[in-house]
Amino acid sequence: MHGQTSGIDDVSIQPSGDVAQHELLVEAKSVSYRIGNRQILDSVDISVRRGEIVTLIGTNGAGKSTLIRVLLQLIKPDQGKVVQCPGLRVGYSPQHVHRDSILPLTVRHFLALGESASLGRIRELLEEVGVGNILDYPITGISGGEMHRVMLARALLRKPDLLVLDEPMAGVDAASQSDLYNLIGHIRDRYGCGILLVSHDLYMVMADTNTVVCLNHHVCCTGHPQNVITHPGFISVFGQDLSDTLAVYSHSHDHDHSTRHREPETSGRSA
Amino acid sequence: MEDFFLRAIVGGLGFAIAAGPVGCFVVWRRMAYLGEAIAHAILLGIALGFLLEMEPVITVLVICFLFAYLLARIEQDMMVSTDALLGSISHLALALGLVALAFMEQIRIDLISFLLGDILAIDSFELVTIYSVAVIVCVLVKWQWRNLLSITVNQDLAAVEGVPVEKTRLLLIMVLATVIAIGMTIVGMLLVIAMVIIPATAARCLARTPGQMVILATMIGCLAVVSGLYGSLTWDIPAGPSIIVVAGMIFFLTNLIPSREK
Repeated sequence: MHGQTSGIDDVSIQPSGDVAQHELLVEAKSVSYRIGNRQILDSVDISVRRGEIVTLIGTNGAGKSTLIRVLLQLIKPDQGKVVQCPGLRVGYSPQHVHRDSILPLTVRHFLALGESASLGRIRELLEEVGVGNILDYPITGISGGEMHRVMLARALLRKPDLLVLDEPMAGVDAASQSDLYNLIGHIRDRYGCGILLVSHDLYMVMADTNTVVCLNHHVCCTGHPQNVITHPGFISVFGQDLSDTLAVYSHSHDHDHSTRHREPETSGRSA
Repeated sequence: MEDFFLRAIVGGLGFAIAAGPVGCFVVWRRMAYLGEAIAHAILLGIALGFLLEMEPVITVLVICFLFAYLLARIEQDMMVSTDALLGSISHLALALGLVALAFMEQIRIDLISFLLGDILAIDSFELVTIYSVAVIVCVLVKWQWRNLLSITVNQDLAAVEGVPVEKTRLLLIMVLATVIAIGMTIVGMLLVIAMVIIPATAARCLARTPGQMVILATMIGCLAVVSGLYGSLTWDIPAGPSIIVVAGMIFFLTNLIPSREK
């Protein structure tokens, strides 16, 4: 049904928006996954394109991390399939990296594990993510926020086409969070990669995100942040109050991203 | 120096060289109990050696290898807690080994020498085996260093970055099995895991990078072998246990050194 060309530009019928011309990096097609009797993912569709920030939101236990693991092909879905564009380079920052003091590992050595890189390049990247001063610190001796940035640097070292950040804001204080979001937006522009962001924090997400996917085992709703938060599916999961609060918030940050619904794109994909 | 004593030192050093790098991964990845479990299969290997009239060190190697493979596979497939599983299967292997040896009435074996090692009776064939294993271990660890370290830090991250996680994990378990098998001739099945983990743990406080820790663990292991053997000669005490006692003393000494980190 889907040709092999599906990796690139098969949704050019998208009426408006610059993102639409960009290549499809990864796509899950009606993916289901269960553990025992629990249906973790139920026929989920999601895709990320180059130059796009997709934010996956959902409550705890909604299946966000499982979906990420499926997209990264770390686990096989029971049904449906995942298509990555050929030769896709993924930079991944897991939700949590266990740091054990029995392993003496400095930030420098941690970064060198993923990709061979010169010391100069490592320094440069640490500067870029805002932690240039911790090169020779043991990874057990840095804060959670610093660790997220170090993992971001490790992902960027791979010159990724797709950057997958699982809860990059966990353990990061509010002031630093907005810095970190700015940084992520800056990375998207500079590296021209697609970014898939997992978050349960809805307030900060909105500004730079192109598409929000609201997950509660199935996709409740998907689309531009402003459309999603007023969607009945969103309200049924997160409640009317939050919807109202976010509407105000995102309105005040509204900039000229063209508003678009997800529907035309979906129909385009299955054409 | 007496010939037997020289052979003992050479053999012990070979084992320490193999145990250093593997020991570090065992403590980093918390595989001590897995190593212990593999060691429990040693008696089964010895019984097989008598049965087939082969060199026990070879049959022990084969049995440890197969047993480790079995454990690695089961661990991957089953939902039971690894702890309980390893405990059950390893002691089953031990009991089977004891039963098998008891059936061989015509042979009277010195069980103690297998439990506690018989380094002073080590022969040239065992020496060749020990050094072959040591060379293979060092080459494999050096060759797969980054992949091994990467799966140790985070398996998902490693997988996304293209490391064949399962193969690398299996490789490490197999390497551990061979080290356990040759360690049987040096310190015996009861103490072999101690010689794998104590030098590595002792090296932790002195090391600032994973590579340093491997080298220091190897050096501490070598020091323990030489000092332990001299101690055993001087005070006429069993060699295997005195090697471990020295390693333990080094462990306590290095832990007294104030940590430079934090």
